[in-house]
Amino acid sequence: MGLFEKIFKPQWGVHPDDHKRPAADAALRFLPAPAQVHMPLHQHVGGAARPVVAVGQKVLKGQILAEARGNISAPIHSPVSGVVRAIGEVTAPHASGLDFPAITVDSDFADKWIELDAVADPFSLAPEEIARRTAAAGVVGLGGATFPSAVKFSLGKRLAVGTLIVNGGECEPYLSSDDRIMRDFADQVVDGVRIVMHAIGAAEALVGIEDNKPEAIAAMRKAAAPFPDVKIRPVPARYPMGSDKQLIETLTGKEVPANARAAEVGVLVHNVSTCAAVHKAIRLGQPLVERIVTINGGAVANPGNIYAPLGTLVDEILAFCGLREAPARLVLGGPMMGTHLKHGKVPLVKGASGILAFNAVEAEIPEAGPCIRCGSCTKACPMGLLPLEMAARIRSGHLEDAVEFNLTDCISCGCCAYVCPSHIPLVQYFVHAKGELEAEERTKLRSEAAKRLTEARSGRLEREAKEKAEAAARRKAEREAAKAKAKAPAAKNTEEASA
Amino acid sequence: MLMAVGSLTVMGLALGGLLGAASRYLAVEENPIEAELQAMLPGSQCGQCGYVGCAQAAAALARGEAAVTLCPPGGKSVAEALALKLGVTVDLSAVEDKGPQLARVTEEICIGCCRCLKACPTDAIVGAAKQIHNVIQDACTGCGACVDRCPTEAMNLVPMPVTLQHWIWPKPAVA
Repeated sequence: MGLFEKIFKPQWGVHPDDHKRPAADAALRFLPAPAQVHMPLHQHVGGAARPVVAVGQKVLKGQILAEARGNISAPIHSPVSGVVRAIGEVTAPHASGLDFPAITVDSDFADKWIELDAVADPFSLAPEEIARRTAAAGVVGLGGATFPSAVKFSLGKRLAVGTLIVNGGECEPYLSSDDRIMRDFADQVVDGVRIVMHAIGAAEALVGIEDNKPEAIAAMRKAAAPFPDVKIRPVPARYPMGSDKQLIETLTGKEVPANARAAEVGVLVHNVSTCAAVHKAIRLGQPLVERIVTINGGAVANPGNIYAPLGTLVDEILAFCGLREAPARLVLGGPMMGTHLKHGKVPLVKGASGILAFNAVEAEIPEAGPCIRCGSCTKACPMGLLPLEMAARIRSGHLEDAVEFNLTDCISCGCCAYVCPSHIPLVQYFVHAKGELEAEERTKLRSEAAKRLTEARSGRLEREAKEKAEAAARRKAEREAAKAKAKAPAAKNTEEASA
Repeated sequence: MLMAVGSLTVMGLALGGLLGAASRYLAVEENPIEAELQAMLPGSQCGQCGYVGCAQAAAALARGEAAVTLCPPGGKSVAEALALKLGVTVDLSAVEDKGPQLARVTEEICIGCCRCLKACPTDAIVGAAKQIHNVIQDACTGCGACVDRCPTEAMNLVPMPVTLQHWIWPKPAVA
């Protein structure tokens, strides 16, 4: 660390105990194909996929189960070979514990891949073709955001992004899946990075890796040595370094404005695991059906990283690692931003980087006290917000006042709640308020749509009435014309008769 | 030259005066708050408040003839917003807020009479004579105008199902 960084080291964020080892140092284990997998249709940001298989149909590993629906969506592929058992509902890996649609596949344990369309030289392909293949492979952001990667490629191409930022921060405590992929598959990651650079037309790639992962930094430096445009940049270990806005600022000095995308400051962020998935999608033609997931927490007997097929139930993966005791709490993702699971009958999804089984000590939630206005949360907030002011307003139900304090800029990282000496659930207030605001927005859109429909209907009724009146007038005119015609020859006849 | 300037000035003054007088004596009486109130109402013209449509309901509200709790589809949130706008205090505990609702057809007893689809203010019901009708959920406002029209009680209002996209984190319990 240079003198400059020493003086101007980041003031935001927190530095929790990382709890990454010994799980990060344990060798990667491979989970054998489970008897049954449940592939949810909605594992990404955007529209849920539409099933293209029927119950009873035989499928191979990597065969498409559901196609993308809409501009922002991703297809779903079978993680095992076998038979489609059902298209129904499973519990979602979501704090609500609600169900969502999924395709259940019974494994035949053969693990037979579908015929793969590999590309020997991806750099001869057009960037659009790489985006198309990435989209077809169902690759989404594996850092947790699960935004379809191909959509980001075309965005980067359109906005002429010069720098690709590769996110190897992995700042969440307990997690080490990105660490493991960089240690074990550094070549794949670097190749994926180069393919993504080609796809978005970036001139350089900056790989940001927190300095608490020296083995990963060494492995990546070795793999990137032949490619001078891929630069490995260790960054200080500080939560939330893995958040795109913080990583961009640390690596480039550019601040992403509020309500703007990273591409607008000329950079694009992709996770290291996403880059490895792009490598597999292009070089091997393999769709995204497996991922590395960290199993960690006090209740786990053999914590470590597992290479598991998607759709495997959390309980089965935990059983594979062994449990010391019944977990007091299950969390999908990291302890700071992860999702609390009500039970383990939940499938592994694309965005799940870790499964944490906490023992009673780790899971304890201290009772909240009153705010003493110490200001710790304002110092910790990486977005420079005033969590105490926002929380006070949300607590009294004045959401609009909280928005005045830039609630919409909150990234829900949880630093404020972490540092609060009174244990006030600050970030929980913000997540709740953001949900309420979104619901209000939805209601507004709905009523606007209702108004449009009402207007369209009254317009239609008016038009119909007018058309009816016109038709009646026309018929009347026709009748009268016919009558006049009938009269005229009659008059002629009488004239002739009189003559 | 003088003639032209003079005649145009006289004409301008005369016509201007006429317009000014017309705007004073022929003005349509409209309360400016009406438009704002109308924008707050759902706008589906369902008529459940007893007025012909939302514009008439807004006019009645502006005159102080109607209670802010008049709009059943709007529920508690609309009543609250109206009370805030009109500066009146209202006891909302009596307002039953059933949350957003949707119309649903019980397909077993629908006889395909087409009465409900004529009543729908947003054209949210599809159907034809002697065909089972159905409700387009995205277009339904839950106003209930169709419910009374159904001769077989096949049309009912049900709460809008909570999906992952609609679910909201509960507010933390106050310490």
